[in-house]
Amino acid sequence: MSNQHACDSNAIRKSIEVLYKQESRKIYATLIRLLGDFELAEEALQDAFNAALKHWPTQGMPEKPVPWLISTGRFKAIDSIRKQQRQREKLEVAATEMDGVSDIAGQAQEQNANVIEDDQLRLIFTCCHPAIDPKVQVALTLREVCGLTTEEIASAFLVSNTTMAQRIVRGKAKIRDARIPFELPDDTDFNNRLDAVLTVIYLVFNEGYSATQGELAIRSELTSEAIRLTRLLYSLTPDPEVAGLLALMLLNDARKAARTNASGDIILLEDQDRNLWSKGLIAEGTQLVAEIMRAGEYGFYTIQAAISATHAVATTAAATDWSQIVELYTQLHKVSPSPVIELNQAVAIAMKEGPDAGISIIERLLERKEMQRYHLAHAAYGELLSRAGRTASAINAFKTALNLTTQLPEQRVLKQKLLKLGEN
Amino acid sequence: MKYVALVYYDEQAMEKLSQDEWDALNRECIACGESLKEREQMIGGNALLSTQSATTLRIRAGKVDITDGPFAETKEQLAGFYLLDVKDLNEAIQAASKIPPARYGSIEIRPVRELQDENNVSYEAQKRD
Repeated sequence: MSNQHACDSNAIRKSIEVLYKQESRKIYATLIRLLGDFELAEEALQDAFNAALKHWPTQGMPEKPVPWLISTGRFKAIDSIRKQQRQREKLEVAATEMDGVSDIAGQAQEQNANVIEDDQLRLIFTCCHPAIDPKVQVALTLREVCGLTTEEIASAFLVSNTTMAQRIVRGKAKIRDARIPFELPDDTDFNNRLDAVLTVIYLVFNEGYSATQGELAIRSELTSEAIRLTRLLYSLTPDPEVAGLLALMLLNDARKAARTNASGDIILLEDQDRNLWSKGLIAEGTQLVAEIMRAGEYGFYTIQAAISATHAVATTAAATDWSQIVELYTQLHKVSPSPVIELNQAVAIAMKEGPDAGISIIERLLERKEMQRYHLAHAAYGELLSRAGRTASAINAFKTALNLTTQLPEQRVLKQKLLKLGEN
Repeated sequence: MKYVALVYYDEQAMEKLSQDEWDALNRECIACGESLKEREQMIGGNALLSTQSATTLRIRAGKVDITDGPFAETKEQLAGFYLLDVKDLNEAIQAASKIPPARYGSIEIRPVRELQDENNVSYEAQKRD
């Protein structure tokens, strides 16, 4: 083997590694559609890359590596099914699928890459099918679409590897046994199903963003996967709410570095060092929000993103355009009525008009049973009472809040508030 | 692929319907069945008389044991079933969403398991991959 050749084959091996990192999830999604089975697709994917490692260094890279890998994976799968005659049923399913797409690799070379991109979208919609338990939807999406390992997902959600593995198995079994198709929903269902997908992505993001326990590296992987998925989704279905969710996540992620101090305590928005906010993410997020709102058709996620954007462009908490935030909460409440939104609006009204205006709204909200058990309602109430100089009532409210929350970081914030008011 | 759509509702809540409302609902169910059969999505099915008419049978130690009523007290009771023959779960969901009592109670969609002479899939295996 000449030096030149060795050099070439090293370069090819590097290219295969890069291909695996960048394209393997796409290829996997297409193989799932072609083979109709997660396990077969997983094996086919590995076989295809092994074949590439074996042949490309000596024969050179094919002109179109992705279709080559798909076609090779598919043939390897058919081969292995044929060898395992006892899996007769799978063969029948796969064989019928095969008849329909006589040579996808050949076609894919002719066709544009859209079919393959759409396969990832199909897989997202399948993993987020409402017939699957929401917890399982999240796990399946991270495993099958994002390619995270079961161990990584388990550690991000603070459950054991066994529990997470069972959850994923349960999801795959439901897809197989109930025959959930690898298909995009039709027009009548599309918006409903898209909502389910966005809910899953937002859950993934919040899991990475909100909780302060668990491994930091994996948490930030969750937020970046959620953003990556939404970008992908947006490139495939330019729906305004997809853009809204993307903007919301970018704007929240922009504040990541300012949200906690060195010991992991939460720093509230008004106390954050705004120099630590990511200007690049804020620019992208606010521009997206402006574009969607100009187009005039928007909903739940976009309005939340607009609220986040209003905070993001203010140089200080006091300089925030509170009137606009109050107005956006009114819009949000119309789209999705909830006492929690009214609570947030009450806080914004207090910022705009003084604490008393907010206090009377919160007192009315606290008459509702579901709000009486909600620690943040009492925490906000305490905060406004304290600003209004009603220290004794504020202490009572903070103590009620403290009794209602089990989250340690939240408890630390409340204890600090009480300390400041001379209580411990 | 075959699915059974099991129709459940709270019998006591249905008692509150007037005769006209009840007849109207039943006419809707007849129309629903006819339309599903026309699309070749339904093989069969029936509405059931109330759980009060149910008889439960068990064989224990070789002896037939008979009791009055359904085997379990539940909030909603089985009121009927449709045997569907459709492409996949999405089509089953579309068909089942046309079943009128879905507005009152709930419809459980279950894939049918075909009995085989051998190699029947065990419950244990259904939990695995």
